[in-house]
Amino acid sequence: MPDFFRRLHRTISPSSGDDESEVRADGGVVSDGPTADAPTEPDRDATARLKAALDRRFGSDFMESSIFWLPPFLLMGLFVYGAVIWNLLISLTDYQRFENAPDYSDLDFEMYTRALADSGFIDAAVNTLILLLLFTAGTLMVGLLLAILIDRGIRFENSFRTIYLLPMSLSFVVTAQFWLWIYNYNNGIANSVIGTFGLGPVSWLGNQDIVLYAIIFALMWQFSGYAMVVYLAGLRAIPREHYEAAKVDGASTLKMYWRVIIPQLKGATISAAVVLMVFGMKAFDFLYSLTGGYRPPNGADILATKMVREAYANLNWAYGAAIAIVLFGMALGVIGPYLVYEYRRDNL
Amino acid sequence: MSDTKPRTDGGATTTARLRRTLDRMTVEDAGLYVVLLFAALFYIVPIESGLVTSFKTGTAIIETAPFAPPGPSGFTFEKWQTAIDALLRGMGNSLLYAVPATVISAIVGSITAYGLTIPTWKKSYKAVVLMLIIAGIFIPYQAVLVPLTQFWSQWAQLDQVLSFVWALGVSNDYAGIVELVITHVAYGIPICTLLFRTYYKTMSEEMIESARLDGATLRRVYRRIVLPLSGPMFAVVLIYQFTQIWNDLLFTLVLVSTESSPAAPVVLILAGLGTSLEGQDFALRMAGAFFAALPTLAVYIFFGEEFAEGVAA
Repeated sequence: MPDFFRRLHRTISPSSGDDESEVRADGGVVSDGPTADAPTEPDRDATARLKAALDRRFGSDFMESSIFWLPPFLLMGLFVYGAVIWNLLISLTDYQRFENAPDYSDLDFEMYTRALADSGFIDAAVNTLILLLLFTAGTLMVGLLLAILIDRGIRFENSFRTIYLLPMSLSFVVTAQFWLWIYNYNNGIANSVIGTFGLGPVSWLGNQDIVLYAIIFALMWQFSGYAMVVYLAGLRAIPREHYEAAKVDGASTLKMYWRVIIPQLKGATISAAVVLMVFGMKAFDFLYSLTGGYRPPNGADILATKMVREAYANLNWAYGAAIAIVLFGMALGVIGPYLVYEYRRDNL
Repeated sequence: MSDTKPRTDGGATTTARLRRTLDRMTVEDAGLYVVLLFAALFYIVPIESGLVTSFKTGTAIIETAPFAPPGPSGFTFEKWQTAIDALLRGMGNSLLYAVPATVISAIVGSITAYGLTIPTWKKSYKAVVLMLIIAGIFIPYQAVLVPLTQFWSQWAQLDQVLSFVWALGVSNDYAGIVELVITHVAYGIPICTLLFRTYYKTMSEEMIESARLDGATLRRVYRRIVLPLSGPMFAVVLIYQFTQIWNDLLFTLVLVSTESSPAAPVVLILAGLGTSLEGQDFALRMAGAFFAALPTLAVYIFFGEEFAEGVAA
């Protein structure tokens, strides 16, 4: 098999050096090639036949096009999938502290049982789920509402859109500073707003029961513009006749959107929801920047922050890797069905 | 609907047009605009209050409302001065990796997308490659962090490979910058590929097919036909990637690690700006936040369309 890969590699890039290990990292793409008929032939003839065989199997441009996509694909595969597999291995070791490298000779699931017994892990997992669901649902709703309002043929449409999307262009490190100021106990805007209704003041980031929702609100502020843009594209794809037909049938505006328009936005909803959910899982930057340290405000710890803290602050590398695998599994649970859905719709 | 109409009467002044709009406006329309304006306020106020606060003195912060301008007595540039002093070197460092990483990942993404879109090979195999690439967009980076640290600290020790650079007097912390470039390119390939692919899918097939029938190689088709037509998408991808890379904190935290490092990017210094100084100096934080956001804000203001397109894909 290595011989086959080396030859394949030489066909793809005749001049470059030998780095078969890289090719092997994602060898799964190249399925069972015809290695058996090669050895007795002279080398040049063999590669030509191999190329012909591969082209026959994969399509006429397969070999010629592989120089374009294969090297980047392998680089990405190594950094993404290679790293995930490596991470899985590390999570099975006891790697911690200042050991230079994990000891791979003794693999077990100790880190995972440890996670289940760790109340901090359970809390973080629950918080992650709350964040995921509330943040995604809230952002989608606000985004949809804005998109519908903007799509009603208003003036200054571009200005409104630009303003709504503006927070998306800012770093979480930057927006975290803004929200620290807004949620500030003494003279923050949040407290003066609820103060006009005779409520508060509330310690938004200090109260364990509130902080997570305060953070979700801030993240919704930042992301609803994104949802709006996705929905707007979806709305623009709906033919005008559908609106008119609904009007002719005498449906009220509300009913028209609920019955006719929103069902047609399923594709937009799904792709926006996937992006938002996956984002919610890895929301690390914002929480880190709120405190300027690895420990987010009490009551707002999520798996993403706990993983980084365990690994880089407490130097429990293997434990951090195990949490990362749990996170990866969650992400896979969202991405997998999405990719199948896109494939079925012929969108890949 | 009202967007297209005013174009016909070239001489109409803005006020006349505005009056005509107001005349035609129904109660429902007015309500719509009020809602839209309130929504706009909701998005603007956090940013606006940050901006005015960054110019306030300590007393003005306590005495004026958070979103009110500071007034002549409470106005100061002092916080901006401090913030710029603290963050300027970080700006340089951020540019040092954000620009190369952006350019390289856009070029690589274009080439990858071309290879996966235009040439004909079996769709089912293509779909597998594409699925793996698209899934790569969504991987939580936490799942690769520990191996990434292992890789850069134990396996690929750039620190030693680049020793000739350190001999020139550059701090060897800058190995972190090189690591950041490579890392961001590797993890940027999926999204760049996807963006270019959506664009290439809409390209005219006849032109490419006839070129292929004339015996043009794939490389030639890319250079002569596809690449020259990719301009608009390059704008989208470059803007999207630049914003992403500039704004990212996680990788800088892991690969450069300390804000005191001479190679520390701006987001890393900003995240620690409040904690390194006594108390909660909000004016300084706001000034720092704005200063760090300047490049992405500028990009957004000048290329808002392209940014929206990149985000929506």
